[in-house]
Amino acid sequence: MGLFDRIKKGLTRTREKVAAGFRAVLPFGKKIDDALLDDLERVMLAADMGPTIVGQLIEKVRAEWKKGNIQEAQDILPHLKEHVASLWPEEDRRIQYAVEGPTVVLVTGINGSGKTTSIAKLAQHLKNDGKTVILAACDTFRAAAVAQLTEWSSRIGVQIVKHKQDADPGAVAYDACEAAVARKADVLLIDTAGRLHTQDNLMRELTKIHKVVQKKIPGAPHEVMLVLDATIGQNAINQAKVFGEHASVTGIFLAKLDGSAKGGVVIGIREQLGVPVKFVGLGETPDDIEPFSPEVFVQALFDSPVHA
Amino acid sequence: MFDALTDKLGDVFHNLRGRGKITEENISEAMRQVRTALLEADVHVEIATEFCKTVQQRAIGEEVLKTLKPDQVIVKIVHDELVNLMGPVDPRIPYVSPGPTIILMAGLQGSGKTTTCGKLARMCLAKAKRPLLVAADLKRPAAIDQLEVIGEQIGVPVYTERGHQNPVKVCRNGIREAKKTDRDLVILDTAGRLAIDDELMGEVAKIASVTSPHQIYLVLDAMTGQDAVGTAQSFNSRLELDGLILTKFDSDTRGGAALSVKKITGKPIKFVGTGEKLENIEAFHPERVAGRILGMGDVLSLVEQAQEHFDQKEAAHLEKRMASGKFDLNDFLLQMRKLSKMGSMKDLLKKLPGMGDMTKDMDIDEGEIVRMEAIVLSMTQKERTTPSIIDASRRRRIARGSGSDPQDVSGLVKTFEQMRGAMKAMSGMGMMDRLKFGTQMSQQGMMGGMMQKFKAKTTASRRSVSKKDMRKKRKKRR
Repeated sequence: MGLFDRIKKGLTRTREKVAAGFRAVLPFGKKIDDALLDDLERVMLAADMGPTIVGQLIEKVRAEWKKGNIQEAQDILPHLKEHVASLWPEEDRRIQYAVEGPTVVLVTGINGSGKTTSIAKLAQHLKNDGKTVILAACDTFRAAAVAQLTEWSSRIGVQIVKHKQDADPGAVAYDACEAAVARKADVLLIDTAGRLHTQDNLMRELTKIHKVVQKKIPGAPHEVMLVLDATIGQNAINQAKVFGEHASVTGIFLAKLDGSAKGGVVIGIREQLGVPVKFVGLGETPDDIEPFSPEVFVQALFDSPVHA
Repeated sequence: MFDALTDKLGDVFHNLRGRGKITEENISEAMRQVRTALLEADVHVEIATEFCKTVQQRAIGEEVLKTLKPDQVIVKIVHDELVNLMGPVDPRIPYVSPGPTIILMAGLQGSGKTTTCGKLARMCLAKAKRPLLVAADLKRPAAIDQLEVIGEQIGVPVYTERGHQNPVKVCRNGIREAKKTDRDLVILDTAGRLAIDDELMGEVAKIASVTSPHQIYLVLDAMTGQDAVGTAQSFNSRLELDGLILTKFDSDTRGGAALSVKKITGKPIKFVGTGEKLENIEAFHPERVAGRILGMGDVLSLVEQAQEHFDQKEAAHLEKRMASGKFDLNDFLLQMRKLSKMGSMKDLLKKLPGMGDMTKDMDIDEGEIVRMEAIVLSMTQKERTTPSIIDASRRRRIARGSGSDPQDVSGLVKTFEQMRGAMKAMSGMGMMDRLKFGTQMSQQGMMGGMMQKFKAKTTASRRSVSKKDMRKKRKKRR
């Protein structure tokens, strides 16, 4: 299956639901009017794009319509697609590798967002790319998290650095950094315990891990990846903000996009915080990972039979 | 949670008040803002629209405009409608007799099923039930380990079959095991699935038809966006849910899911998970949540929380000591420890009426209690019962012993004495008067002020908290 097909398949639910809406509210040849824009707004809101972004997009469309640039329903979508896709230029979506020495990627997110699985996917992706990868099991809190990551490491065939349950995550990170340098690994992937961004003490713990890594390897972490569950709503913006304050997030890993999720909130995150999406997780096996493609994303998101 | 929604609604009503005269136009303007607030809170778009329409119609229909305090009447209408949206709920588990009562837990990946199974088991255990957890999540690596660890933590047996591929059989065997070992409650932890995965949905439906559970609960992440409703709907169509359990309710998510699912699926939220500890589960009460959304406080939940941690006899004993002014630092220490068990200070304060707004700006340091504890523990018994004997020399010794500064010690003694005074004054009052007194105190910022006064003085000594203490603290909070 080609890349496009796989993302498309992953996004089927997204597309069907949203598209059903778009299809219904933008019939071919219908003249644009206020009622039509209201309907369009409703459908966009249902895709988790959030009232702020939807408001802006609708105003954009309205302005174009008032100017006479667009007149009929089918003219709206190409406009929206182009605008939304332009939010993520290519250079923003690449992994920032270290100039020399191991590249450190710190992976974080709230409980249940899919961090550990996403790390497995990243590891597989990097390994396929010919990189040597070491995993660091810094989630020492959740029962059996270390076991889960160990399981993945042996399935994928990469090394892992771990301590016991309830060990200090900072210490694990320290050891992992040493191991990565000593073994000349290309990439060190650090798994952290899930934490709600409202738990101040836990956020400080994250800052500490960040500092430990920084001290041990200058310039690290080169990437801080925030894993977001694609079903998440507007709270994701707050999460990205607070995680950013504590660990300067550089990219989003949008997990579970294969669910019934719409993931529309990443538009808001990009617009309001400037943080790009770098990868999307599409299924349950480590192979189900793709670099984020805005064109595919918007196409799948807005695709509708109006243009088919 | 709900903070942001509360803020927004607060603004809207504040503006409404500021207008002096309320007209139909500014009601509809306010309702547009309410709709945006609801949408930002992830309330389903159709429900948000309908909700505002209903409130507006009622507001106009009830001739609110002619009443003396129209804004308050509107708040009341919003409150009622919120309750209508979320309720009614019966947050009890209907047990069957003879047992075992079987509960099936389903949900999406990462919604917090396994943890919630543990919480539910612990809650039932506290109500003299004999639960058995069944690990039927064979999909996720290490899910069985996780349930076993949780079972051990709460002292509940866990039924597992390693290497088994068929969850239906595991469930059946688990139930058989429960009957054999005289367990009267079985909780089945099933694999997390994606709503679109037909195969896995079929599997959980099969488990349901084979084991015919008495209750089926859907575990739902409170942070879910517009799709929460879709998820609940698709599970409901396959499983005939009896209720929902909302997790991560302690985050700053605005919980629109809570406001939406009942209306769409007709199934109530029964419980909410409010923290990462296994005791953090509460019954869901629409009136209280509505109150919290509107910033009216939630005293009832607070009282219940307190009841769980303070036993009656002890309370009566303490009450006597308070009334007679004999309340000493030993009792103070005991109270502090109990309080810290109830959850974070900020959460507790938030539940007091009128405190919602204030907690926002308050930076409450939860480590305070640990530091207070250290100081009291460095005192002799005599100093604890009669703090008035603490002079400069004793103060220095206590400070050295607890790794703090002498002014921290006097700060603590002063705080304690103020508290003792307030308690004596309060002990003569009835329940309602006490609540009023508490509200007054909080409005005058007394409680916050007291905390902060002590805190300002301790900041200097913070660095002296040893590494060992830090580690201990870390263990404690988890």
